[in-house]
Amino acid sequence: MPKIFEGLPREMIAMRASREINDGDYVNLGIGIPTLISDWMEGKDAVLQSEIGMLKTGALAFGEDVDQDLINASCQPVTQLPGTSYFDIFESFSMIRGGHIDVVVMGAFQVSEKGDYAGWMNPDRGLAVGNIGGSMDLCAGARKLIITMEHTTKDGRPKIVRELSYPATTKGKVNLVFTDLAVIEVTAEGLCLKEVYPGLTPEDIQSVTDARLIISPDIKDIEL
Amino acid sequence: MNKVYSSIDDAVADIPDGASIAIPGFFAAGVPRVLLQALIARGTRELTLACGCGPLLGAYEELVQLIKNRQIKKVIDSYPLFRSATKGAQDTFEQAVRSGEIELEVYPMGTLAEKYRAAGAGIPAFYTPTGIGSVVEEAVVTSIQDNRKAKETRILDGKNYVLEYALKTDYAFVHAHTADTEGNLRYRMTARNFNHVMATAGRITIAEVENVVEPGEISPDGIHTPGIYVQRVVKVPRVTFAITID
Repeated sequence: MPKIFEGLPREMIAMRASREINDGDYVNLGIGIPTLISDWMEGKDAVLQSEIGMLKTGALAFGEDVDQDLINASCQPVTQLPGTSYFDIFESFSMIRGGHIDVVVMGAFQVSEKGDYAGWMNPDRGLAVGNIGGSMDLCAGARKLIITMEHTTKDGRPKIVRELSYPATTKGKVNLVFTDLAVIEVTAEGLCLKEVYPGLTPEDIQSVTDARLIISPDIKDIEL
Repeated sequence: MNKVYSSIDDAVADIPDGASIAIPGFFAAGVPRVLLQALIARGTRELTLACGCGPLLGAYEELVQLIKNRQIKKVIDSYPLFRSATKGAQDTFEQAVRSGEIELEVYPMGTLAEKYRAAGAGIPAFYTPTGIGSVVEEAVVTSIQDNRKAKETRILDGKNYVLEYALKTDYAFVHAHTADTEGNLRYRMTARNFNHVMATAGRITIAEVENVVEPGEISPDGIHTPGIYVQRVVKVPRVTFAITID
């Protein structure tokens, strides 16, 4: 039986990842844990881009604030802010593909030690097609690509691997990985383990990671 | 130049079997649902529905009816399936794709946006970095194996790019907030999404709109789609729907 460690809840993975977003950044958040980062953006002078065609996306809308013509790319009702702009899809992907987005955060099925990641298709589903959405465009244009995900699958199999076994979304583009157990940087030498969930050792993290981890000399507990 | 049709059935009356139709909308927002309903009423078959980001998940009732009537031959989209595999297994559309009744061809969303834009702008094909490093650079990603045509790639300034083709359609359906009688359109917030680029890509563009006004009533500076791209306008009620894809 693979080991299963208890780590950060999804909201806290999002919180840790949110600390990589700086004032002045234009940011795009994918579906899943990345979307939760928007709850931790208060006080940051950063702008959320939504590929549906919106810059400066506001908080989720509830009750009377819900407008069926105003949703984010995850199909959730949202609000607008002073300075919000709307535009068509061609414009939206000019921003994305054209290298204008500072930080892109995506979820993933797998990340490899070379910075490849797989997120668009689960081969277990047995279809030759899948939901690509905007993921490949976002990867093509991102200045910084962050992955947030659980460290292992529900049954404990590693998602951080030497080689992807799932179809790639992009190759060699991932910069940072935030999981419930660790913070890992993709470097030219390989994956560098920088932070671990309090109480766990680097050996614990390695035991649930297929790729070889380089232990940072400055390794520390995940800082929240 | 009055482009207003009084009946939506008249607006779609000439769409023949085998037509390709661009369907805008991003999940639930900005989907031309009333035109899809008119297509159901008309019973047109062998349709290719060229989408952008899951409008048929947003207009799910219409999708299921179109499949029941066996009206769809092919769907092109970037996000056509339910996220959950369990839910997908129950989905009428996914089942029709698995059985081979409907062909599903997928592209990255920005590549689709550019395919429609290029079609409208008279550009037959373009090189893009999107999809490099994935199967998208190798061949057309489609559920029908025989149609997985190899794609061309090229190195420009030391980087890899893949060649993608413009996607022109016989018709484009559009959902706009306001039109004037001459076909100038204005959308509302994120309901704009694919509507404008698809309006430019359709040989005949039919706009369902929530409001029709006289020329001059939309500020000339505030027009999103100039009327040159729009051949037919039909007023529809504002459809209220659940905002969800789950």
